[in-house]
Amino acid sequence: MRQILKAFNRNTRAMALKNRINYVFITLLAIFSFSTVMANTPEAGHEEGKKEEKFNVGEMIMHHIKDAHEWHLWGGHHNSTSIYLPVILIDGGLKTFSSSHFYHGTPASSIDHKTQKPVDYMVGVGPAADYAMFHEKIYKLEGGELQFEGGHPHNVKPLDFSITKNVLSLVFGATLILIVMSSVARFYKKNGAVAPRGLAKFIEPLILMVRDDVAKSNIDKHKYHKYVPYLLTIFFFIFFNNLLGLVPIIPGGANLTGNITVTFFLAVCTLLVTVFSGNKNYWGHIFATPGVPLALLPIMIPIEVVGILTKPFALMVRLFANITAGHIIVLALISIIFLNKSAAWGALSVPMALFISVLELLVAFLQAYLFAMLSALFIGAAVEEAHH
Amino acid sequence: MFGSIAAIGAGLAVLGAGLGIGKIGGSAMDAIARQPEASGKIQTAMIIAAALIEGVALFGVVVGLLGLETGVK
Amino acid sequence: MDLILPDFGLLFWTGLVFIILMFILTKFIWKPILSSVNARSEKIAEALEMAEKTKAEMKSLQAANENLLKEARAERDAIVKDAKETATKMVEDAKTAAKVESEKVVAAARQTIASEKAAAIAELKTQVASFSIEIAEKIVRTELSSDAKQKALAEKMAGDINLN
Repeated sequence: MRQILKAFNRNTRAMALKNRINYVFITLLAIFSFSTVMANTPEAGHEEGKKEEKFNVGEMIMHHIKDAHEWHLWGGHHNSTSIYLPVILIDGGLKTFSSSHFYHGTPASSIDHKTQKPVDYMVGVGPAADYAMFHEKIYKLEGGELQFEGGHPHNVKPLDFSITKNVLSLVFGATLILIVMSSVARFYKKNGAVAPRGLAKFIEPLILMVRDDVAKSNIDKHKYHKYVPYLLTIFFFIFFNNLLGLVPIIPGGANLTGNITVTFFLAVCTLLVTVFSGNKNYWGHIFATPGVPLALLPIMIPIEVVGILTKPFALMVRLFANITAGHIIVLALISIIFLNKSAAWGALSVPMALFISVLELLVAFLQAYLFAMLSALFIGAAVEEAHH
Repeated sequence: MFGSIAAIGAGLAVLGAGLGIGKIGGSAMDAIARQPEASGKIQTAMIIAAALIEGVALFGVVVGLLGLETGVK
Repeated sequence: MDLILPDFGLLFWTGLVFIILMFILTKFIWKPILSSVNARSEKIAEALEMAEKTKAEMKSLQAANENLLKEARAERDAIVKDAKETATKMVEDAKTAAKVESEKVVAAARQTIASEKAAAIAELKTQVASFSIEIAEKIVRTELSSDAKQKALAEKMAGDINLN
């Protein structure tokens, strides 16, 4: 009887914790939505003489899912609170300065050569005086201004190694992975081969899943050991960063795994691993597909070669589009409130956004699993021995 | 203009992918009902096939995004 | 357009961070975790095998025990049977011996009784004879105490003879 009571107590405590987490989640979501959306709500009333700007959902969403040189915390256009991240340029030497020199620079405007319409951008001040920022990209000034042609500046872009929002999020994510994983590793070092407890209990099934369901079942069982570390790293990298992207406040919320550059890099890694572990059998299937008449080979070879590239390309686009689409949907649902200029709409949009956010938790896991799974599948095909 | 056309295209791509994934899901359900002991393998194969189709749909979404972005500018 | 075009700076940082992360994780984290997980599964497999073995051993031991028990039971039964037989025999023997003895005693008693009886009878006879003689003597003396009497007797006797 006492045991039952104890179990019951534990259950209620767990439920209370769950509820609390839910509350925190909802609160965070609310804060997040306000901060991001408010940041982009044009405050027409403050600017005299300007016509009232409409709340532009597309612009707000694009601003959120793209990289930035600042980490916006809260506030509107002219009274926002942001963390200004360092800009690092290589343009005839290393140049580092704070991005506030752009965000608090001088607003400028040039006439587009094609559309003949003015385009607004920010010219830097102080150490950033030679540069201008347009849509978070840094350009070198030419005759004191940017030259636009069809909405795109034609100025030279210096090599930009800035610590952007995504880079900061990336470093934070990697640190988090290292902290979590080293604590798990320490548990095993201290306790030896025992049943997992605490954090290890959570992480171990994931590790075993990647090892058994992803690596072992797709790669030859004599060769899969070599690829397990890569698959584990890629799985946890994507999984942790996906989850961080769902956390609405700093240090989460950056659209890191929904950034094409990051997914491009990960896909290239898989491509390189596949290509470099490809054996004779693999290349034989590409350049001399067995059972295909010789006359067809000139058609088959280009198809097969393109096939090598399309697989990682699909990996890249899948992760990018899934995560980005998740962020867009949540932001769009929250935008309903601001489009209708009434908090009452929150009764509709917040539950819907919450639902999508919970769905995104599933997607965060599923996409990490799929990326690792398909990588393993491609590697498995590359190292497979001939069956005959 | 390009934005709206791209959005329609993306919608069409999603339609096809939805049909495809629906068929995969249905067939997988059939297969699992027939052979519950093989459900693990069927699920894995189902997820992979669904992911491949989903990739195609996401190309459509990317094109739609392009449209959205050009619409902004 | 820059939404779907890779950015060189971010690519550089991603590569750097990912490669460092992969190096550290592979060298210091995946290896110990995987090796201890493997060690554990080996340990579990070993323990299972051991349990299986022990089970088999137990089974054979149980069978041996059963055999031993059976044998012991049989032996016990034999012993009990033996003992019973011996006891029965002993009882029988004792019975026989007792019978013989009693018969002997009875016979001796009978003999004694018989001889005592004979002796008693003989003595009685002797006594009776002597009493008879005494009585006869007394009677005769009384009969022959006077002449008259002697004469009567003689007459009587002579009468008797006449009668015959």
